[in-house]
Amino acid sequence: MRRGRSGLAAILPVLWLALFFAFPFMLVAKLSLSDTALAMPPYAPRIDWSQGLAGVRAFLAGLDGETYGRLTQDRLYLDAYLSSLRIAGTGTVLLLLIGYPIAYGISRFSPAVRQALVMAVILPFWTSFLIRIYAWIAILKPAGVLNAGLAALGLPPVDILNTETAVLLGLVYAYLPFMVLPLYAVLEKQDQSLIEAAQDLGATPLSAFWRVTFPLSIPGAAAGALLCFIPMAGEFVIPDLLGGSETLMLGKVIWTEFFANRDWPAASAVAIVLLATLIAPILLFERQQAKVLRS
Amino acid sequence: MRRGPSAFNVAAVVAGLAFLYAPIVILVIYSFNASRLVTVWGGFSTRWYTALFQDAQMLDAVWVTLRVGVLSATLATLLGTLAAVALVRGGFRGRTALAGGIYATLVMPEVILGLSLLLLFVAVGLPRGFWTVTLSHATLTLAYATVVVQARLATFDRHLEEAAQDLGCPPWKAFVLVTLPGIAPAVAAAWMLAFTLSLDDLVIASFTSGPGATTLPMRLYSQVRLGVDPKINAVSTLLIGLVATGVIAAYLVQQRGRRRAVQER
Amino acid sequence: MNGRAPTSRPQIGGIRETFAPWDDPAARPLVRFDGVSKGFGETRAVAGVDLAIYEREFFALLGPSGCGKTTLMRMLAGFETPDAGRIWLADRDIAADPPHRRPVHMMFQAYALFPHLSVAQNIAFGLKRQGLPKAEIAARVEEMLALVKLEGLGRRRPDQLSGGQRQRVALARAIAPRPRILLLDEPMAALDKKLREETQFELMTLQQTLGMTFMIVTHDQDEAMVVADRIAVMREGRIVQVGRPAEVYEAPADRYVAGFIGDVTLFPGRITAREGPLVRLQSDDGAFDAEGAGDVGDQVWLAVRPEKIAVHTDPPADPRNRIAGRILDYGYLGDWTTYLVEIAPGRTIRAARANATRTVERPLGCDDSVWLTFAPSSAVVLSA
Repeated sequence: MRRGRSGLAAILPVLWLALFFAFPFMLVAKLSLSDTALAMPPYAPRIDWSQGLAGVRAFLAGLDGETYGRLTQDRLYLDAYLSSLRIAGTGTVLLLLIGYPIAYGISRFSPAVRQALVMAVILPFWTSFLIRIYAWIAILKPAGVLNAGLAALGLPPVDILNTETAVLLGLVYAYLPFMVLPLYAVLEKQDQSLIEAAQDLGATPLSAFWRVTFPLSIPGAAAGALLCFIPMAGEFVIPDLLGGSETLMLGKVIWTEFFANRDWPAASAVAIVLLATLIAPILLFERQQAKVLRS
Repeated sequence: MRRGPSAFNVAAVVAGLAFLYAPIVILVIYSFNASRLVTVWGGFSTRWYTALFQDAQMLDAVWVTLRVGVLSATLATLLGTLAAVALVRGGFRGRTALAGGIYATLVMPEVILGLSLLLLFVAVGLPRGFWTVTLSHATLTLAYATVVVQARLATFDRHLEEAAQDLGCPPWKAFVLVTLPGIAPAVAAAWMLAFTLSLDDLVIASFTSGPGATTLPMRLYSQVRLGVDPKINAVSTLLIGLVATGVIAAYLVQQRGRRRAVQER
Repeated sequence: MNGRAPTSRPQIGGIRETFAPWDDPAARPLVRFDGVSKGFGETRAVAGVDLAIYEREFFALLGPSGCGKTTLMRMLAGFETPDAGRIWLADRDIAADPPHRRPVHMMFQAYALFPHLSVAQNIAFGLKRQGLPKAEIAARVEEMLALVKLEGLGRRRPDQLSGGQRQRVALARAIAPRPRILLLDEPMAALDKKLREETQFELMTLQQTLGMTFMIVTHDQDEAMVVADRIAVMREGRIVQVGRPAEVYEAPADRYVAGFIGDVTLFPGRITAREGPLVRLQSDDGAFDAEGAGDVGDQVWLAVRPEKIAVHTDPPADPRNRIAGRILDYGYLGDWTTYLVEIAPGRTIRAARANATRTVERPLGCDDSVWLTFAPSSAVVLSA
């Protein structure tokens, strides 16, 4: 195949990503080794270019792992780390359980209806995320829509706003399209004659599902799970608005360290820890997408 | 022959859609509530819309957000289309790196992106404000734009471009005359998606914005923290209406094109 | 070099016998492949091909899928670059030219019509690239539409056309800029049998009226036989034989060509004697006489086509080239009946008989004992 010069098209995007994506990560790593300072920007050391090489040397000597030391001393960071993973993990499992029947259900309709349903799943995604989460505050708050509905049915009120339950609800709500779409993509492509062949060979509809449909949909489930888990682990808005002060997540910690405490090195160190944790799932996701791209 | 959906299938889809739409519907209804309280229906009123249009700060934020959105979406779509071409057609060495960068941006938690971009702007001494938010949003949405265009380009018949070259077009001209019209709907969709994501972003804007460049989500966020304000319902309803109109219009245009094609046959 | 007979009816395809520039040592080929090779990774798609194609020729590249014929064509169009060798077009080495600078146009297999352009705009596409004036382009488009019998459809979009109409638009688009040679990549693969046969004749007529050079790539031997002046049979990246359809069929170069084009029965054996043009061959199925080359002692194969084998119910008087057998199975095809005859346990021969009259005087059925004969001049001796 004559490749032409399609590779030239890569120059601008690659440069852009190098400058605005890869290089900033090095800055985060560097900053996580610095100390806080009463200055603007609020960290030290900074490279004194006027002194040339000596300045760089002085700067390098000023870097240390002290910030990371602080992270290990305060229980708060470890708790936030563990609950981030727990909440993202629970959220992913819930999304799989809820998203699968929806994706499977859509794939059973006729092509025209399927297309409309997929549109319907995507549509809310086009409306503001912040506003959709905000709507849940109105629903879940003690004097909100949910409790009004429960009272009308003669049921006792529930108080779940500012709890982990509310955070999970918000996560499932916000990420549902990201789970349903990759699952639907594999289920829709599946050859119906495979199911017919399984049934022809004596499988009941249920066992045909478990032995044929489900195993073949695992790549879609994996893509959906990774697509949800990775950003959920660093989610800020949902735990901030729907969770209470006891719901700790790393996204919230980074935000608080940065905006409230003005502790940029700590925010960077937490970001590096989060990134280090997510690098494996990110690579997994990339490998899978590369496979999809090739097929 | 595909069997039709079972009762369970229908129930799952209906419940799922109800879950996705209920909060939005509630929001729209309460934007017309005369009462300030969410649970009390005080009759139909447009007072929150009136109040909204008297809120200069809010209107200011809308203006900033729209400008950031248009600029960053345009940048992201240009870069994303180039990246998609390189990913689908290219045999170049940096392909893995480019794909890696794109997919990593896609899933990267926003707090990390926001923090790292802020540090970049501090390091190069760029004052934070309108332009830093725009550049940051272009970076975030570039990945989404790439994925959307790439999906269409991957299924685009390569032979069409070859036919154009065969008939005398240099490769770049074949791309402009044949491929671009073919992937135009995807490019438009990529722009729309990038624009929407930019309108929507709170976290990255909060990190990279400065004085005088407060976006609508930042304004909304600070209001939400202060408690439920029915004006937010009103602004949300307007946004939802805007998006719904856009999507439905796009759908109708597409349908009319299809119907005309069928009639002429 | 003008091979056209002075009749009003175009002399086309295999019957154009007066047209033979390849036999003329003074004739310069239009296209010449000179030791061309191309590999993809580990596989060698094309391996050292030498080939000459002449002006006004209808040339067919024939072979199974994966034999390298498409790669060879794509190198002429410019979509692949040869690893080695040269490609000459009218005495110019074009191997390094990009596709858009070559006066070579291609009709793509799935047509590759631009879906966003009308039929007329598709046809005008190449003309615009040549920078022709507007009026001339419009005139040429009308001319082309008339040529492929699509008058009045210029404003349609490709998705509003039938498969056969699309095929004609693709053809019109490729010939509109008057290429030095038109390449056709499996042009009839998407058409049904009846339409395919009509289109074959239309293509041949068109090629004659335009006086253009065509090169077709196909895996369908019948198609190649019908349309082409000469056929090149390809196998695993190499050209095995080049010749007129009748030569390739009646005098195949080897067992591969014999088997690829039409049905054939092979008798492996050794030459035991020679008498003038005749050789005597001893095989496991008996001794046979045949016209052909070869020396006594050579290991050869005798190839006989089914229609050259006669089926008799009584033993023929002449004992030469006579085999006794039993009908195992037969198939009635309307114009022909083919018989599968067992001549030894596990050894079968195919024979075909034209159904010249409406009733067969003595119908042959399964398990009937029969005698098969063939003339020494009907068999071919193959050394490979």
